[in-house]
Amino acid sequence: MSNQEVELVIVGSGPAGYTAAVYAARAGLEPVVIAGAVTAGGALMTTTEVENFPGFLDGVQGPDLMKRMRAQAERFGASIVYDDATNLKLTGDVKTIETGNGVTYRARAVILAMGSAYRKLGLPEEERLSGHGVSWCATCDGFFFREQKIAVIGGGDSAMEEALFLTRFASQVILVHRRGEFRASKIMAQRVLSDPKIEVAWNSEVMQILGEDQVTGLRLRDTVTGAERDLDVSGVFVAIGHDPRSELVNDQIATDDDGYVLVDHPSTRTNLPGVFAAGDLVDHTYRQAITAAGTGCAAAQDAQHYLAQLAPDGAADARVLAVSA
Amino acid sequence: MSIIHVTDATFHAEVIESELPVLVDIWAAWCGPCKAIAPILDTLAEEYAGRVKVVKVDADANPETVTAAGVTSIPTIGFYRAGERVDVLIGAHPKPVIAAKIEDVIA
Repeated sequence: MSNQEVELVIVGSGPAGYTAAVYAARAGLEPVVIAGAVTAGGALMTTTEVENFPGFLDGVQGPDLMKRMRAQAERFGASIVYDDATNLKLTGDVKTIETGNGVTYRARAVILAMGSAYRKLGLPEEERLSGHGVSWCATCDGFFFREQKIAVIGGGDSAMEEALFLTRFASQVILVHRRGEFRASKIMAQRVLSDPKIEVAWNSEVMQILGEDQVTGLRLRDTVTGAERDLDVSGVFVAIGHDPRSELVNDQIATDDDGYVLVDHPSTRTNLPGVFAAGDLVDHTYRQAITAAGTGCAAAQDAQHYLAQLAPDGAADARVLAVSA
Repeated sequence: MSIIHVTDATFHAEVIESELPVLVDIWAAWCGPCKAIAPILDTLAEEYAGRVKVVKVDADANPETVTAAGVTSIPTIGFYRAGERVDVLIGAHPKPVIAAKIEDVIA
C-alpha cells in the first residue's frame, strides 16, 4: 500500500488515453496513465489491420499502433502503470485513484478514458459457452475454427472486419444481422458481400445459442416473418457493439441513460471540476481511433488549463505556453 | 523458477507426470490478450517457485495438446494436479484472479 501525489492521472490506455498522455507529458504535467492490468492498449489490441488511421498509407496493425502511441507518451515523460483502477473518488480538489496492487494516486486532475467493453447478447447460455465456441476476439480464437462453419453476429464495421478475418480459417462464415442492411462503412460492407465464403442471414435475431458443453448452433428468428430456424455452427463471434466502461464512476459523475459520461461539448469537462473525459467513454456516435485520439488531445489541454488556473505561481503560465507551442 | 515451454511431445512428462501442481498457459503469438498476461505469469512463476510449475504451450505448434484440452479460446490457463486438469481459466485475467486459482490448486 502506498500513496503517490501527482498532477494528472489518466485512466485508460486506448487512443484517447495515450494521446492525452502525449499532450499532457509535453506540457510538463508528468501524467500517470493507469493502463490496465491485462487491457493495456485498449480495444485496438485485438484488431488487425487499421486502414483508416491518417498517416499510415499502407495500414497499421492495431497493436502496433498502440505500441507506438505508448512509446510516444513515454518519450515525453508519461508513466504507464500496468494495473487496473479499482476505485475512484472524483469529487473535491484532490481526486484519489486506487489500483489493484494497492497504490493510491492522489491527483489534482483526472482524465477518464476507459473506453468501452464488448456488448453481450444477453442470452443466459452466453456466459456458459464463452470460451467454448462463443468468442469476442476473432484474432485470438479464429485459428481454432479451421475448416468449420461459424457465425459472426453484428452489422457494423467490427462485425465486417471479424467476418472477413475469419474467412482465413473457417470453411464458411454466416454473418447474422437483425436488420435488412448494414450500418458498416460502404467499403467494408462491399468486401463482405463480395466474399464467396461469407453468407449473410438478414433480418435474423439470435434467440438462443445451442449446445451443452460446446456451441453446436444458433436459433434464429426472422424479424419480418417471425419464423424460427436453427443454424448449425461450431463457433459464434459476437460483434454487436460496445458499451461505455463507466461502471467505476457512474455513481459520482453525470452520465446519460446508456452510461456514456456527459461532457460540456466542445470541451471535455464533466460535471465535476478537474475531471475530464474522452474517447469511447463519451462518444455515442463516431467511436473511431482517430476521434478518440482527438478528444484525448482536447482533454489534455482542458486539464492543463484547469491545473494552470489552480496553480498559485507563475509555473503554470509556462505550461500554457508549452502546450500551445 | 523460469517458465518452461512444453510441446505435444513433452506435455505428458512435464505436466501429467509432474510431482508439483502445474499451471499450463496455452497461448499464441498472434493473441494480444496472451501477450498482456505473459508478464503476470512470469511474476507468478517466480512467486510460486517450488510450489507450482508454470509452463506454456504454443497453440500454433502443438495441435494435439490444444485439441485434447478442447481449447477454442486463448489465453486458456489449465491448472493440473496429479495429472488431472482440476480447473481452467479462459481469457485474460488480472494477477489476483490467477493467483487465487493457484492457491486453490496447491491447497
